[in-house]
Amino acid sequence: MSADKLWITWAGMALLALIPILIQVFELPVFYTEMFCRIMILALAAMSLDLILGFGGMVSFGHAVYLGIGSYTVGIFSFYEIDNGFIQFPATLVICGIFALLIGMMSLRTSGVYFIMITLAFAQMVFFLGISLEEFGGDDGMPVYRSEFGGWIDLNDPLSFYYFVFAILLLLLFLCHRIIHSRFGMVLQGCKSNEARMQALGFPTYRYKLAAFVISGMICGIAGALFANWNEFVSPAIMHWTRSGDLLIMVILGGMGTLFGPVLGTVLFLLLEEYLPEWMDALLFPGAGEHWMGVMGPLLILLVLFARGGIHSLLGRLRIRNG
Amino acid sequence: MGLLLIEQAFNGLQFGVMLFLIAAGLTLVFGIMDLVNLSHGSLVMVGAYLATTLIEWTGSFLLGILFALPATFLVGVVVEVLVLRTLYERDHLDQVLATFGLILFFNEVIRIVWGPASLYSGLPEGLSGHVEILPGVPYPTFRLMIILAGLLVAVLIYVIVAKTRLGMLIRAGASNREMAGALGVNIRMLFTLVFGLGASFAGLAGMMLGPLTSVEPGMGEPLLILAFVVIIIGGIGSIRGAFIASILVGLVDTLGRVFLPMLLRSMVADSTADGVGPALASMLIYILMAGILVIRPRGLFPARTG
Repeated sequence: MSADKLWITWAGMALLALIPILIQVFELPVFYTEMFCRIMILALAAMSLDLILGFGGMVSFGHAVYLGIGSYTVGIFSFYEIDNGFIQFPATLVICGIFALLIGMMSLRTSGVYFIMITLAFAQMVFFLGISLEEFGGDDGMPVYRSEFGGWIDLNDPLSFYYFVFAILLLLLFLCHRIIHSRFGMVLQGCKSNEARMQALGFPTYRYKLAAFVISGMICGIAGALFANWNEFVSPAIMHWTRSGDLLIMVILGGMGTLFGPVLGTVLFLLLEEYLPEWMDALLFPGAGEHWMGVMGPLLILLVLFARGGIHSLLGRLRIRNG
Repeated sequence: MGLLLIEQAFNGLQFGVMLFLIAAGLTLVFGIMDLVNLSHGSLVMVGAYLATTLIEWTGSFLLGILFALPATFLVGVVVEVLVLRTLYERDHLDQVLATFGLILFFNEVIRIVWGPASLYSGLPEGLSGHVEILPGVPYPTFRLMIILAGLLVAVLIYVIVAKTRLGMLIRAGASNREMAGALGVNIRMLFTLVFGLGASFAGLAGMMLGPLTSVEPGMGEPLLILAFVVIIIGGIGSIRGAFIASILVGLVDTLGRVFLPMLLRSMVADSTADGVGPALASMLIYILMAGILVIRPRGLFPARTG
């Protein structure tokens, strides 16, 4: 069963819905709306990873590859001046689905460390493919025009873009919630806790895991398509292997095996990335912020060693204590 | 064409033994302690930096390396005792994350101490020339030395693991950790020692890489991923597998980069070949790995069954 506490999801989503309004009330720059928009996009990617990691027990160390493929799909359409989002987004789903199917078919033959490494290897393959696509900017990447939705949604308006991403996140959260509580989701979680037993019960576990892997890749592809729109730029850097590591961290930080945990983890991770340098400049000495990774690294180690269950379980416990 | 083939084959061999130096430590740590150590590449970087600095201080390439080796060993031991030791009991995911954190930490420490710019150290005197490996085939002395040093280390590792008491303990620890411990082997000490050894091999790779490329923060990461490819192909925990896979990956990668674009150019239009060739070449080893894993999901030489 999912360890999700629904009140956390509701509260979190309500807060995310209010953020642009709060930003306007307090007359903060529009930059903050854009920052939270980026956070939600990567939260979507982290959630998709958790679908196979937290519920299926598949440690994919190459999940950023779907961010990349999704981004490049939008980027390449934009390159050929097809800006219609109604074409771009379904195409992203199909292409990411095909890639995830191919990668999953081969990767899922292995398990454990081999699985971690083969997913990494496939991600590297696509990364190098991106670098060698000279026509689409190669290493340097290329600019992307934002998708058009026939005048219905204007992504160039930060507020519309924000609520567009918010709606997609909400929709996919709900979809994943239904998936996890369906028979399919139960089988998937069964595979995580004891695959041999699931096989003995007669479930073709390979096919179940593969289906979950493909769904996860498609969701992450949508996040990639949104990211290309947000960034108005696409380059292989988006699928660098450290990005896959970042996604894993977001999931663990927020709470593996919950749907909203990865969203919380992404918020914390990206806020730390944004503000840790400033805090270090202020607290230690000017210029210290340049070396924020030196603090982030040990923080990460401490987190892994001592904070099991992530923010989600901390919040969960808070609620119980208060009655 | 023939000359180029020989020269590139030697380059591939040199790249292969370099990978073996990194992969040897990784596969031992992986196989014996069941620890995924992403920060192994950072030890390559630490070795390279220490050697570059010590070579400058001592003024001698050999002395620099001789001092840098135990220094890297020490760094490895400290990391093992402070961080990795607590990770043995954790699952692989925790290990991946914690050692990912270590990479960030190491890169920043290097940036703080040595600055963000790359260091360049010229080839050591006396090794900067060429020798004729075959009549009429000159080859850089330094690269040849790397091949020899790598092969020497390979023999050394084989002798340690197969012939010495230490190697016997390592093998015992690998096949059954608890049983070896119950029989009075100090497993903690053994692990620390093995990790230190692996660290100094990785450091050695970095030291020899220094004069060939630039020494910079994060330099170990691409190598680390290749080393993982190597030990996955070779079979986790198998030194023999790591050696064969290293040479295989080194040759395939180097020869692929040189000859694949040429080959394609003879088959399809130049413009397509120029686009596809380099892409395919850099993907080649990953394709190799995926292919091998599909046929043999536990690598070429699985060290343990079950």
